[in-house]
Amino acid sequence: MKVQWLKDADAALLEAKTRKQPLLIDFSAAPA
Amino acid sequence: MPLEAHIKEHAAYFHRFDSVWTPSVLILDPNGKERYRLEGYLPKDEFRAHLEMGLARVAFMSKDWATAEDRYTAVLQRYPNSKAAPEALYWKGVSHYKSTNDHTVLSELPEQFQEKYPDSIWALKTAAWMH
Repeated sequence: MKVQWLKDADAALLEAKTRKQPLLIDFSAAPA
Repeated sequence: MPLEAHIKEHAAYFHRFDSVWTPSVLILDPNGKERYRLEGYLPKDEFRAHLEMGLARVAFMSKDWATAEDRYTAVLQRYPNSKAAPEALYWKGVSHYKSTNDHTVLSELPEQFQEKYPDSIWALKTAAWMH
């Protein structure tokens, strides 16, 4: 299953709150 | 809900969420409060186990004891030999105690730790409950 990564933190926080779901943030420096 | 924070594209997020090392994974509750932080690489199964610990912590901190206990139980069942398992056993017991106020579950933990994870720091934390 391909993960649909969000890119906008404010939008992600709002969506997590609206859906009452946890938010996972992946901090990476790996080459794309 | 997954959010990507790459150091080149989202440098501001590192400051905003106090992330100073990569890779790091943060798990926030639905209100945006950090509940779990995992820094550094882990083998796949250890990583999965710790992600599930994060979700369990979200439930625990929202005082959803039943869900927390279920999630810690799932870690123990899926990853019994992981480094996360002793911590899962500890918090599973605490979650059960929180939901029932039955302290006998705590007094049973030292024996379970001696049997399964005697060298864990979590075993030391249960020693005070030994009768």
